[in-house]
Amino acid sequence: MEAMLEIIGLQKTFFAGTPNETKALKGINLTLAPGEFVTVVGSNGAGKSTLLNAIAGVFPPDEGVIRLGGEDITRQSEVVRARRIGRVLQDPMVGTAPSLTVAENLALALARGQRRGLRWAVTSQKVRLFREELARLGLGLENRLNDKVGLLSGGQRQALSLLMATITRPEVLLLDEHTAALDPRTAQLIGDLTAMWVREHRLTTLMVTHNLEQAIRLGDRLIMMHEGKILFEVKGREKQELTIDGLRKAFTRVRREDFAYDRAVLAD
Amino acid sequence: MDILPILEKLVFPVLENGLVWGLVGLGVFLTFRIINVPDLTVDGTLTLGAAVAARLLTSAAGVPPVLATLAGAGAGMLGGLMTGLLHTRGKIQPLLAGILTMTFLYSVNLRVMGRANIALMNIQTLVPQNPYARLVMFLVTAIVIKLLIDLFLQTDLGLALRATGDNDRVVRTLGVSSDTMKVLGLVLSNGLVGLGGALLAQYSGFADAQMGIGTVVIGLASVILGDMIFGSRTIARATFAVLMGSILYRGIIFLALRSGFNASDLKMVTALLVILALSTTRLRELVRV
Repeated sequence: MEAMLEIIGLQKTFFAGTPNETKALKGINLTLAPGEFVTVVGSNGAGKSTLLNAIAGVFPPDEGVIRLGGEDITRQSEVVRARRIGRVLQDPMVGTAPSLTVAENLALALARGQRRGLRWAVTSQKVRLFREELARLGLGLENRLNDKVGLLSGGQRQALSLLMATITRPEVLLLDEHTAALDPRTAQLIGDLTAMWVREHRLTTLMVTHNLEQAIRLGDRLIMMHEGKILFEVKGREKQELTIDGLRKAFTRVRREDFAYDRAVLAD
Repeated sequence: MDILPILEKLVFPVLENGLVWGLVGLGVFLTFRIINVPDLTVDGTLTLGAAVAARLLTSAAGVPPVLATLAGAGAGMLGGLMTGLLHTRGKIQPLLAGILTMTFLYSVNLRVMGRANIALMNIQTLVPQNPYARLVMFLVTAIVIKLLIDLFLQTDLGLALRATGDNDRVVRTLGVSSDTMKVLGLVLSNGLVGLGGALLAQYSGFADAQMGIGTVVIGLASVILGDMIFGSRTIARATFAVLMGSILYRGIIFLALRSGFNASDLKMVTALLVILALSTTRLRELVRV
């Protein structure tokens, strides 16, 4: 089957030529099949968020190609890509517009990829759809359609962000530690909702998380990044049998090999 | 004693001024409150609207008043477009972009008029001579514009505009250029201010190169006074509050003049009013905490 998202030789260096030069991505190759759900783990500074931002088009990469549904989108702007890519970020405050109501936020999201004209935004037909979709979140938001989003809790706002990111069934869904700022119970809830949504709509999804347990439990494939590279990936049966401990061990083993290699190179 | 002449002399001017300047207030509301861009262009576009309308009305071609007024609004839109492009394409801070356009427009306005002011006495304008007809016309204009804004802000495009002022990141992640929305907001806002300027010139009987000074503060005064008293829970409520705030502001100015301030003190009074309103809002927030 053809790939939905294809990343070839992606490189990005920040502050190039200055003392702060950071090689954030050092040649990433990654392919997601349609409907595939991939989780990304790695330590701070591994380049996980940079990878997602590069896919979303927040900045242009230095090298490499990004293809979406076979089309080269490497040079497309963030706004143009956003018509086909859904995103949920870590901060629940950035995914929603606080002084707009729940229904207005959803109407805003439902128009993703369409020309926004002078048509009435919140129609009764859309309200019915919103009510149905919100009811499935199980947070009682279906009764708060006319409340301003600023009145909602962080967890409710993040659930709404997730719904807004997925309501048009984008070709790719990018989740950047979208449960990290929530309390553990809410994080679990949003994680479960994510899994349910992604499965149900067969969304091609790339999810960055700090939570190893979540990374193992959710998704078809797990990749670990370190210092701008993909260290290893696990899928299928191997992933199902993976434990947090096993993941940690695998990480240190790969790093040790890396270290040994560095030493060998330096010894030359 | 007959009450009607007193009404006509005292209350009508307050209402009329309040309603005409209410259009300016709605323009300022669109930038400061809806797209959250502090825009100072209005000091230039108010005069521009007045200058263009006055020039067309007094031209030999005999432009119909409706067209002259609309041309004033259109010219205001161009002013807003310039600030919008300076800000979004030129990456200039909105305050500075507005000041640049405003300064630019000062010379443009003098060019448009060909002199420092144009009198519109004895010229057929959109503003009726009969005080009752005049009040009705201003009232209808203000209400129609207010309703159009209310409706527009409930459309797909209007929603994107509001979201831009609220959280421009979410707008971009949903595939809308927040820059385009900001330009649109500035164009619409300054179009309203240009319209206000065109009507103001016809109402007061002249256009003057200096008439725009302090427009942004007057507009802000309407927005803030209205918000303080009538609130802004919904869009319809907020736009209503702007119009009422504008009328209230005119009432306060009227009283200030009556209580011995000179006309030359009015800018100071206006600024003090805005300072007072802003600091009490701040005080109320502090008390609530």
